[in-house]
Amino acid sequence: MKRNPYITEKIAFALLFLATILVLLPVIFIVFIIIQKGISAISWEFLTTSPRMGMREGGIFPAIIGTVYLVAGTLVFALPLGVLAAIYLTEYAKDNLLTRLVKLAIINLAGVPSVVYGLFGLGIFVIFLQFGASILAGSLTLAIMVLPIIITTSKEALESVPRSFREVSLSLGASKWQTIRHSVLPHALPGILTGIILAVSRAAGETAPILFTVAAFFLPKLPQSVFDQAMALPYHLYVISTQVPNVAEHTRYGTALVLLLMVLSMNFLAIVVRSRFRKLKKW
Amino acid sequence: MTLKSVKEFVIEKLIYLCGIISILIVVLIFVFLAKEGFSLFKTVSLKAFLSGEKWYPISDPPSFGILPLILGSLFVTLGATIISVPIGVASAVYIAEIAPPRAKEILKSGIEILAAIPSVVIGFIGMTTLVPFTKQILHLPTGLTAFSGSLMLAFMAMPTIVSIAEDALTAVPRKYKEAALALGATRWQAIHRVILKAASSGIVAAVMLGIGRVIGETMAVMMVTGNAARIPHSLFEPVRTLTATVAAEMGETVQGSDHYFALFAIGIVLFIITFIINLIADLSVNKK
Repeated sequence: MKRNPYITEKIAFALLFLATILVLLPVIFIVFIIIQKGISAISWEFLTTSPRMGMREGGIFPAIIGTVYLVAGTLVFALPLGVLAAIYLTEYAKDNLLTRLVKLAIINLAGVPSVVYGLFGLGIFVIFLQFGASILAGSLTLAIMVLPIIITTSKEALESVPRSFREVSLSLGASKWQTIRHSVLPHALPGILTGIILAVSRAAGETAPILFTVAAFFLPKLPQSVFDQAMALPYHLYVISTQVPNVAEHTRYGTALVLLLMVLSMNFLAIVVRSRFRKLKKW
Repeated sequence: MTLKSVKEFVIEKLIYLCGIISILIVVLIFVFLAKEGFSLFKTVSLKAFLSGEKWYPISDPPSFGILPLILGSLFVTLGATIISVPIGVASAVYIAEIAPPRAKEILKSGIEILAAIPSVVIGFIGMTTLVPFTKQILHLPTGLTAFSGSLMLAFMAMPTIVSIAEDALTAVPRKYKEAALALGATRWQAIHRVILKAASSGIVAAVMLGIGRVIGETMAVMMVTGNAARIPHSLFEPVRTLTATVAAEMGETVQGSDHYFALFAIGIVLFIITFIINLIADLSVNKK
């Protein structure tokens, strides 16, 4: 029996649509339920005071500050390294074995499990270099983890700048670095910025890499130097939802909401920057 | 040499150095995992480590067999793959080929948001909603099972699979589709007989990278699978994965103990598994 191909098509398209809904519905569910159950916990006090009574009362201020420090530290290391690596790959690298290896290494770094980054950070920064569990060790670990994100997005941004821009600059007598600095980088900047924002969002949300390199269960005072431990928002959520019994539901959802808002607002920013950039692009 | 050319020389060397730093990091990761991990094999044989059926790291005498952990990871990964691959590829097809341009942008942003949700938040939601739900629906003694982990991870692998498969589908030359349609094929026939075939290597890469994501995922899986380090017999039992073991136990070990070395040795196993998966994905993309 031969089925009508148009009916088959209708059924197939309906199933494909259903699959798409199945992917996206849980996203809406998660965001909705966290907002609904967490919003009541959000208050000025919650955002600006330390946890009290064994995490059951008080706020999450030290965890927020810790995450901000970690993200800043991550950027200090990952930003120059990642952008320069992308410049190397697009502007300098020749098509040879070394370049092939660099690309393979980047792909591999992107796939390394986050907990393995944690082990690596523990082995090299905390123990071998004797930084101890500290903001420095945690930032370096997170920086290495987000490096592939920054390299890949920056590389795409640089590659999207037309060849002719470089040719014109070189033909006018500019050196290679002057060409990159003045005719290529400015045009790639929004794309690079998008990558950086995504890297920040990733670094802010990760737990496994900071477990053994920086995160503290509870600290009575804020970190004073880069060699101090710090509390961090994702780890704090993990702690109050699995390690400490009887934490009020709205406190846990409130913490999840703050973390989610931090991360999603950065991703939203990245989306806006990118779509602005697309509209402005004239070539 | 003028000052300017000295400056350029330095900058270019710096760029070169940063360019090859990723190779250096990969090597360093392996060296540091190996430095600590290989110490385990002074006291435990590789065979006993990989095929030992008992993970009792703090008993006396301790036993460091990671077979239950490997099986835990395998069960969860298998479950997640079975769920996420068909749904993920199907929605990639929908987004790439069927959705109108406006809807396409919205759907892609939705996928990006999903990718951005931190795994600890997904784990938290899984703990508070999915776990009690599976317990009730399936009448299990506990909802913290490999099945809950699979569902959670399937969901987390989705963005990887959808976005990479979608890229692969979009990269298929327009001509292929037009030729199929010109020969009288319906849109669906063009999609599943021509476009899907042409994009197959990219889709394989998408699936491999999705699997890599699942194996490496730590926090969410630790929070919903129950963390029982014994050999699982079905999807509806608690399991403990390789990643969760490292994350849960590293904080309690003494530096330099066999237990500490064993956790680094698990790190080596994870590193090698993900390396192979990424290599396969890379090879299948660069085949042509």
